[in-house]
Amino acid sequence: MKKEFYIISDLIENNSRVLDVGCGDGTLMEYLKNNKKIDIRGIEISKNNAQKCIGKGLSVIEGNAEMDLTQFPDKSFDFVILSQTLQAFLNPETVIKELLRIGKKAIVTIPNFGFWRVRLHLLLKGTMPVTKNLPDEWYNTPNLHMCTIKDFYNFCYARNIRLDKSLAFHNGKTSSINEINLNIKNLSAELGIFSIEQ
Amino acid sequence: MNINAKIKSLNIDKPLNLDCGQTINNYTLAYETYGSLNKKKDNAILVFHALTGDQFVSGTNPITKKDGWWSYAVGSGKAVDTDKYFVICANVIGGCMGSFGPSKINPETKKIYGINFPVITINDMVNAQYNLLNFFKIEKLFAVMGGSMGGMQVLQFVSNFPDKAKIAIPIACTSSHSAQNIAFNELGRQSIMADAEWVGGDYSSQNKTPDKGLSVARMAAHITYLSKNGLQEKFGRKLQERDDLKFSFDADFQIESYLRYQGSVFVDRFDANSYLFITRAMDYFDLTKEYNGNLSRAFAKTKTKFLIISFTSDWLYPTSENKEIVIALNAIGADVGFVEIESDKGHDSFLLDVPEFLNTLKDYINNSYSNN
Repeated sequence: MKKEFYIISDLIENNSRVLDVGCGDGTLMEYLKNNKKIDIRGIEISKNNAQKCIGKGLSVIEGNAEMDLTQFPDKSFDFVILSQTLQAFLNPETVIKELLRIGKKAIVTIPNFGFWRVRLHLLLKGTMPVTKNLPDEWYNTPNLHMCTIKDFYNFCYARNIRLDKSLAFHNGKTSSINEINLNIKNLSAELGIFSIEQ
Repeated sequence: MNINAKIKSLNIDKPLNLDCGQTINNYTLAYETYGSLNKKKDNAILVFHALTGDQFVSGTNPITKKDGWWSYAVGSGKAVDTDKYFVICANVIGGCMGSFGPSKINPETKKIYGINFPVITINDMVNAQYNLLNFFKIEKLFAVMGGSMGGMQVLQFVSNFPDKAKIAIPIACTSSHSAQNIAFNELGRQSIMADAEWVGGDYSSQNKTPDKGLSVARMAAHITYLSKNGLQEKFGRKLQERDDLKFSFDADFQIESYLRYQGSVFVDRFDANSYLFITRAMDYFDLTKEYNGNLSRAFAKTKTKFLIISFTSDWLYPTSENKEIVIALNAIGADVGFVEIESDKGHDSFLLDVPEFLNTLKDYINNSYSNN
């Protein structure tokens, strides 16, 4: 399991109710279920992945988070997870609103477009960045709304979304993000991991 | 050969209050089982059959000599592995494979019920089958499952008995029969009733059989079980054992011949009045209405874990209707999973060899059981 999932898992309390939005093949769900006694649900857009999850006995709904989150009642989950998926939505702002409506807290991770390698790629090569976390070419990327750690931080600030935890992730290590080090973390981290609430 | 010798049946003397207002005090439920019940009695799966199914889920049907209707899914080493699970299936009341139905004799009048059989509902069918738990001394089933009308029974079962099944798998079904569903059923019923041999439902006592009406009903229904693409791919405009059109009303096309065959074999195994009563039960099914338009309330108390499955090419019980069940369950925070399986085999997909469906089902069942 990738390191990011361990970090997400650490942010979640045992025995809580969790929804994993864009749960992929269910790796994180299984881990949370088995190790933290989480009452876990998932939603996944890919048929193949949704079937893999169901095959593992996980309660996953094949569906599109952008349309299908409306069916969940307000604050019906303790945590809602959105791992590296925000940038793929047509309307990320609406999705964040929905996450905060159905979850008491939301854990959102974003591939950081402000990471120095990404910036350097664009600066020196002059082509759209292709990195480990952003492996697709401009013409086939599912990512419609790339953002930086700083963008997301400012986004939350402007909407009075409380940043319960803001973590920068690089080379397997995490560090806290705050107002003072924001510009540095925005340059040095591959991934931003945020626990937010409203 | 005595047919009844091949049918296991349970005589129930506990009164059953039917939705139509009548009460039946003594009735028969024909059933079949596969595999064996373990000591903990936690491996029982109750399968509900669809409109024209029966209790013979797997193996060879001893009456028709054909494969059981869900042989692809149920059996040794199959998705529902009978080496591991104890599978029970009963013929629904209203049916014609040994259970209390319109072809039985009314003890009061000493005549075949025929059209005087009570108009039963899905709820009545499920309440009748609930007696199987007591009969097998099963406190809680591991699973209830079924497709089409079988799926409707699954929904009704969990609604009526929220704590009697660990998992529930309704497949290719709906919580409320649509106008289109009712329309097709009405077409079938009118076709039976238009057959002079139906004689107001009294054909048995007059040694008649409304074969033509029943076979047309089956032909029409059969079309609804397949998809346009599936039909086109299998038959297209291919001609039946001829090089050119005959300029007649013989079965020039393979699809005509196929449908005629489906109709003709159906009448050998199915009773016309049963077809009327069971399709009526399906049409009356509306779990949403039962709870004043709020389907979620039908499942309010349930702890059962659900898996809803639909098929892309099923236009009879389309994905959208299956998803309504998912939405209702999510609205109350129930434990529910959902997948739509890609298949061009239409509504019938759940009965056929659709590997993605069968593999997903198998893994889900086994993993849900081992997480006991």
